[in-house]
Amino acid sequence: MDCDICGKKAKVHLTQLVGGQIKKIALCDDCAKEKGVTDPTGFALAEMLLGKTPGKMVAPVPPVVQGVGRRCPECGFSLDDLRRIRRFGCATCYATFKEEVNQMLRGMHKGSKHCGKVPAGLMELHERTQRLEELRGRLDQAITSENYEEAAGLRDEIRQIETKAPARTTELP
Amino acid sequence: MMRFTTLIKNPADWMTGEGADSSIVLTSRIRLARNVKGQPFPGWAKKDERRTTLDLLRPAVEALPCMKDAFSQELDDLTSVQKQVLVERHLISREHAARGEGSAAVIERRQSIALMLNEEDHLRMQAIRPGMSLRAAYDSLAAVDEDLEQTLEIAFDHELGYLTTCPTNLGTGLRASSMLHLPALVLSDQIGQVLQAVNKIGLAVRGLYGEGTESLGNLFQISNQSTLGESEETILRRLERVIAQVATHERNARDKLLEDDPEMVSDKIGRAYGVLRHAWIIDSKEALNHLSLLRLGGDLGFLPQETVKSCDALLMDIQPAHLQLHSGRKLTPEERDQIRAEIVRSRLQTLEAPDIRSTRKKNGNDPDPEIL
Repeated sequence: MDCDICGKKAKVHLTQLVGGQIKKIALCDDCAKEKGVTDPTGFALAEMLLGKTPGKMVAPVPPVVQGVGRRCPECGFSLDDLRRIRRFGCATCYATFKEEVNQMLRGMHKGSKHCGKVPAGLMELHERTQRLEELRGRLDQAITSENYEEAAGLRDEIRQIETKAPARTTELP
Repeated sequence: MMRFTTLIKNPADWMTGEGADSSIVLTSRIRLARNVKGQPFPGWAKKDERRTTLDLLRPAVEALPCMKDAFSQELDDLTSVQKQVLVERHLISREHAARGEGSAAVIERRQSIALMLNEEDHLRMQAIRPGMSLRAAYDSLAAVDEDLEQTLEIAFDHELGYLTTCPTNLGTGLRASSMLHLPALVLSDQIGQVLQAVNKIGLAVRGLYGEGTESLGNLFQISNQSTLGESEETILRRLERVIAQVATHERNARDKLLEDDPEMVSDKIGRAYGVLRHAWIIDSKEALNHLSLLRLGGDLGFLPQETVKSCDALLMDIQPAHLQLHSGRKLTPEERDQIRAEIVRSRLQTLEAPDIRSTRKKNGNDPDPEIL
């Protein structure tokens, strides 16, 4: 294996857990010495070597995926703007630039899925949406398999849920 | 509506630290970032859009039970010194002070809850408490958050959590931090190691004043970095555990310093006392460093326990904008150093010289310090 920095033959192999992800680095003797890898008091080597400075959390430059001129339909924010200011224009941007968001989030936080408080009323709404989706799927299946009795039952259940108006709609489009 | 002068006249509840042990952990702070649905984020919004958001937010915020008779001002209506005073009191951010039209600050009377409107996010809410009380601070702010959710549609996604302007705040939008006074770890050269260890588990440490480990006044802030993928509970629990450990290290280092090198400790505290009591010109840096040692003296028994609180109040009051506000006019740097020295001298006027002898006896083998 070659050194990740200069490409010479690697002598030092380093494995470290960074933010729940295993990072492996191979270094030659010279680079290892230069980066202080042989120093037992060194810490967070992977972060240091991978150029991530602990203590300073700066959003990484989002990668170019495709269509640099793409704009958010809600606020007009473009991919160029995102690359320039590394912040978003509005809440809808997160859906518009989903791909870029996923790449930016890599390694930034302890996880990639929200875990914690949900705004009041939203949990019920979320469950309701999921339940409706499930029922509609089963309804389609029932119709395809010409099981009309079950389909009628499902249709009624869907109607019942739909007529109970949701408290509010605060979902991403 | 509360006026600026009334708000600032009294020290904040968390500054006087009533009832809390703030000898090592001075304050605990919680910040939540929130945005309303359907409005562009403040940095991208046009002037009229920022205005629309503000008109939407402000009535909801002012109607909060805790904001009864609160201070509520648009930043444009404050002078630059007034804004700077709010920054020095940690009631608004430096970034917020720099923002113009369409931004506002709503601050609870006792200054323990402060909301910034149209900062980097539509809403930046914070709660501050004295001592180690992240949990209490979080609970009080969560109540505010829930109240606001009744009237505002908050931008939220089930995958990404609360949607924020910067992806570094996604998820819980929660930044929890404590301010710690760590003079003994600095004096015994252990600070680097401790801070590295804290950094290693994904928490951020920074000097409150100055850069890196060269913190002025030996004041450090420890906070979480990750906001996505963990619940508020997990984030708070880890932070509490680490802060308690750092505080224990500091306590042990203080005991050890006193035992190993009482001459050095006495000398440092004595000199700090001498300078602060008799200086006529003193810059921020010198004042902060001596106040830090005086504060340590208060905790170690060289000086009365109340010294700790006097030092904390002084840390706040000797900052540039506070000095300008105090003297009611613009000051040159030279004048600031003179007025700073004057305020310090007058506050410490009745403070008696450090009681080196009794402290050392007390810390030695004397079983009954009362006999002295």
